Amino acid sequence: MDLKELYQEIILDHGKNPRNLRKTENFNKDAKGHNPLCGDKVHIFLKIDENKNISDISFEGSGCAISMASASIMTDLMKEKKEKEVKELVEDFLQMIKESPEMKTKIINENEKTKLMSLSGVKQYPMRVKCATLAWHTLTSAMNNSQEETNTEKFD
Amino acid sequence: MNVNNIKKQFPIFNNKVHNNDLVYLDSANSSQKPQMVVDRIYDFYTKEFSNVGRSVHYLAVAATNLYENTRTMMQKYINAKDPNEIVFTKGATEAINLVANTFGQKFLREGDEILLTELEHHSNYVPWHYLRKLKGVKINFAEINNDGEITLESIEKSITPKTKMIAITHLSNVTGAILPIKEITSLAHSRNIPILIDGCQGAPHLKLDMQDIDCDFYAISCHKMYGPTGLGVLYAKKKWLDTLPPYQGGGGMIREVKKEGISFGDLPNKYEAGTMATAQVIAFGESIKFLNQIGIENIEKHESELTKYGEEVLRKNNSVKLVGNPKNKGSVLSFTLDGIHAHDIATILDEDGVAIRAGHHCCQILHDKLGLSATARASLGVYNTKDDLDKLNESINKCKKIFDR
Ligand SMILES: Cc1ncc(COP(=O)(O)O)c(C=O)c1O
Repeated sequence: MDLKELYQEIILDHGKNPRNLRKTENFNKDAKGHNPLCGDKVHIFLKIDENKNISDISFEGSGCAISMASASIMTDLMKEKKEKEVKELVEDFLQMIKESPEMKTKIINENEKTKLMSLSGVKQYPMRVKCATLAWHTLTSAMNNSQEETNTEKFD
Repeated sequence: MNVNNIKKQFPIFNNKVHNNDLVYLDSANSSQKPQMVVDRIYDFYTKEFSNVGRSVHYLAVAATNLYENTRTMMQKYINAKDPNEIVFTKGATEAINLVANTFGQKFLREGDEILLTELEHHSNYVPWHYLRKLKGVKINFAEINNDGEITLESIEKSITPKTKMIAITHLSNVTGAILPIKEITSLAHSRNIPILIDGCQGAPHLKLDMQDIDCDFYAISCHKMYGPTGLGVLYAKKKWLDTLPPYQGGGGMIREVKKEGISFGDLPNKYEAGTMATAQVIAFGESIKFLNQIGIENIEKHESELTKYGEEVLRKNNSVKLVGNPKNKGSVLSFTLDGIHAHDIATILDEDGVAIRAGHHCCQILHDKLGLSATARASLGVYNTKDDLDKLNESINKCKKIFDR
């Protein structure tokens, strides 16, 4: 594992030109996340329709290439997913970043999995894992409609 | 002064980082330790260990003498009037908490004001913040100018009739600005206001003379002075240590303890409750020796030349923006790179063995003011060379290459 794997083209591409970097009109769920160590900030907006489908997802924020790419790729994949599927995807992704060598879910195809796996480079950089997971934890907060700001490093 | 010989005294440089020589540019965070300091800790624990100030046996007496010897060395090093003006703490953070807590308890009332600056490290803000809730005091911040400096005028403008304490940094750990602390102290005293200097970044790099500066309090972290972690020094004028209440209670700081009440011990014991960081204090004596062997004037000269060189090299690099441009600047080079976040810079530099810090450096107020969420910071110590700064610049160029793909 080396830097080239961490800063792959796909990450640089999403990091420099994040997709869905905007604010969903008429969003009905949202949450803010903050990584105090790095100063990474993300605010996730969701529009969930009556069938519990995510009809739109977007984010605002600033941070390092890893955190921006992660939020960008994540929001791309979550569109049109059902609430239940979102939960499964988040869990599977966090599991992969933590310890699992691959993603197990059947919800997304191999091509999409490869995109997410590009973030697995942070495993070699323990201080950077939080950059990759911030958007995902924040998405969970938004789904649960928890008012509390998601903090990758909780303190008062 | 021969940097190569000095560098050889630091065993850390015998190690490789990612198969590269270590280029350590994070001394503002914490400095590396010379062999003599490391050895002193080992020797103390293997040959001389005992708790201090309690027992009368041979080892206890010897350890107590060694411990007190560092106090006297420190008194001389910063030219304090009296060794009892040196209080050992766990760090600058505890030193500032000690003053905020005891001074706040005794002298501050609702509506009183404390004057800080926008440059302050969280450890010279948060301890005062507690007094907002506890006492209803107000905190004001003297503003920086466009160069990231705090001038005497900026402090003067911010003083009000309600200002009861001024607490400012000696040297900014972000912009590198060195504050005119002697002039500010004299201004404060002309208004009858005591002043605390956060000397974390001053003490390792600048010649200190407490009687000349005349400040009331000066806080130091020993781990930034080529000394052990877990140790700090609070310099305080004796009149304050005599008047302020004790900070923590426990063994060693009392005179008489009865069920009805307690009387407190004399200085310096009054502020050193419980078993102290004995080995660290004794080893810190070696750090002072180390600094004296080189001579602080030589250190100042070496680091100031290096800082100028570093500024030059980074200014020539078009993609680098230096943070702050103070006329009187300590050995801190904070910067940003167009389109590359500080944490990505730090990770990429690390691969080359170049250790810098990225983030807000515990100065969120300053970063908010500058409109930056994070900066990259290279900071220098006595062991750094021009070669280190060239390597920094090379690695920065590598960052750009990676990101411009
Ligand atoms: C200016 C300044 N003040 C205070 C501190 C806090 O020092 P410590 O964490 O050693 O107590 C630091 C260290 O980062 C600092 O740079």
